[in-house]
Amino acid sequence: MPELVGNTLAGLLTLAIFSFLYKDNVVYKFAEHLFVGLAAGYYVAFQYRTVFQPNLWDRLVAGDIVSFIPLALAILLFTRMLPSGQWLSRWPMGAMIGAYAGLQLIGFLQGDLIAQVQANILSVNTGSWVTNVNNFLLIVGVLTTLVYFFFSTEHKGAVGALSKAGIYFLMISFGASYGFTVMARMSLLIGRLEFLFGDWLHLL
Amino acid sequence: MIKNRTPLPASPSSAKRLALSACSGLVLFLGLAALLATSAAAAVPGLVVRDNPDDRGEAILVEWDGEAAGDSVRVERAESEAGPWVMRRALPGSAARFVDQGEGGPERGKTYFYRVNGQVLSATPTAQWWNKGRTNLFLILALYLGLIMVFLNIARKGGSLFIRKIAGLDAMEEAIGRATEMGKPVLYVPGIDDANNIQTIYSMAILNSVAKMVAQYDTELIVPLAKAFVLPLAEETVRSGYMDVGRPDSFRADNIRFLSDEQFAFTAAVNGIMLREKPAANLFLGSFFAESLVLAETGFTTGAIQIAGTANIHQLPFFVVACDYTMIGEEFFATSAYLSREPMLVGTLKGGDMMKLVIMVFLVVAAIAATMGHSEAFRSLLVIR
Repeated sequence: MPELVGNTLAGLLTLAIFSFLYKDNVVYKFAEHLFVGLAAGYYVAFQYRTVFQPNLWDRLVAGDIVSFIPLALAILLFTRMLPSGQWLSRWPMGAMIGAYAGLQLIGFLQGDLIAQVQANILSVNTGSWVTNVNNFLLIVGVLTTLVYFFFSTEHKGAVGALSKAGIYFLMISFGASYGFTVMARMSLLIGRLEFLFGDWLHLL
Repeated sequence: MIKNRTPLPASPSSAKRLALSACSGLVLFLGLAALLATSAAAAVPGLVVRDNPDDRGEAILVEWDGEAAGDSVRVERAESEAGPWVMRRALPGSAARFVDQGEGGPERGKTYFYRVNGQVLSATPTAQWWNKGRTNLFLILALYLGLIMVFLNIARKGGSLFIRKIAGLDAMEEAIGRATEMGKPVLYVPGIDDANNIQTIYSMAILNSVAKMVAQYDTELIVPLAKAFVLPLAEETVRSGYMDVGRPDSFRADNIRFLSDEQFAFTAAVNGIMLREKPAANLFLGSFFAESLVLAETGFTTGAIQIAGTANIHQLPFFVVACDYTMIGEEFFATSAYLSREPMLVGTLKGGDMMKLVIMVFLVVAAIAATMGHSEAFRSLLVIR
């Protein structure tokens, strides 16, 4: 019985969201507001249980002095509400943004930049003409795309031509990516239809 | 009745046999002992136990000659030579090395004894200040930061640093102008990532320029947010934009709206804003994920001018398809530098450009070398351990 009620509710809400395909209407609005409200409530509880309680409260109760630093930073965030102490709220924001920027710099450099440069050290004399053409296209594609993202010069003449080639390479990759993702979205839709006709209406 | 028996005198032949068997027993024992001793010493050829290099002192490296070692190698560890021994790992002899680390691993500064197939050696893990396996990473980072510092300095001293114009920029002013003419608001979505994401930070720089434009035209600006932490940042950015053009009273804090942390709840709510408040210009500039197409499609159906920009390459195809202008990848970062002209952003952009130039030259040289059969020399330059 609880499963039937749950499935019926989920099925009706799915149809309410699908009704947007016709036009914006009161049923869609209801589902939208319900979704936003439920998500807000859920996330408050989720953040309390998974972040605030284990990472701060439990440690404070256990006497971990270091945890007073994030507590102080969290309290400083609320100084925005004070008419004269708003500047204090910039400290925790600055600390968080600065720390993450430093961490991400190394991560991107190692995980993206160096890995991609390494992957593009390719030979065009491999013994297989298919691989040679493939490697040549990859090298030209990478170089021309880099030219497109070069902002220190006007894209005119030879630079303009290379940059144009770069944008063609980008568009081809976008096209492939678009098709791939549309297929993934179709599988999501199929999953939802399976729920409606199978789990809920038992027609499958 | 028990009689005292006098032992019979041993015959010369039986005494000889006894002496012979005693000698042979001794020889056998000594031989076996020697064999055992030899086999224990030679069980793991080339065995070395030492501190694992280039780490923070929480690992010990056990190495041996993988080709000469037997079928299996048992690595045991103890805190004193007398034991008790704890089994750490049984490996095939060909493995040639074992790094004792992680759960139950050694502690920094403490001496440990390792018994490897019976042979005992000791080592003490110590921390190193410099990871030699990452020197190349340091040099690349130093070069990149050095270039940024040079251009930052030039920008700060007022030097002229050229940045080419980006197509979407003209459109931004045009879109805001159109919204003003129609008396409709401008919607600015700075992505759904948190304030620590670099795209959100750059998006704030663009938001500041947009806020100045809308303040000048006295147009309403709506900024929906998916992360609570971005709210104070966005509020301050927009407020400072209004203040910079001398219109602080036009700023409406209610229009900077935190909607939901949940991705699709946020998307549904932004869709609702697009459908009901009908903004004439939608600006999607920041870090977007699966919601990008839903947002851009809904905006398209409302007839708004749409300008998007993100460095999340998987979402770019959707923006390219459904928006009027799209800033691709780094164009998005360049936009903030172009609009704000802040030395920090301009210097970073120019430094990045020079780094790209270095990479292009490296790639061309490496491709030529690889074609001539010398790719490994270049690849090894980029190996990070």
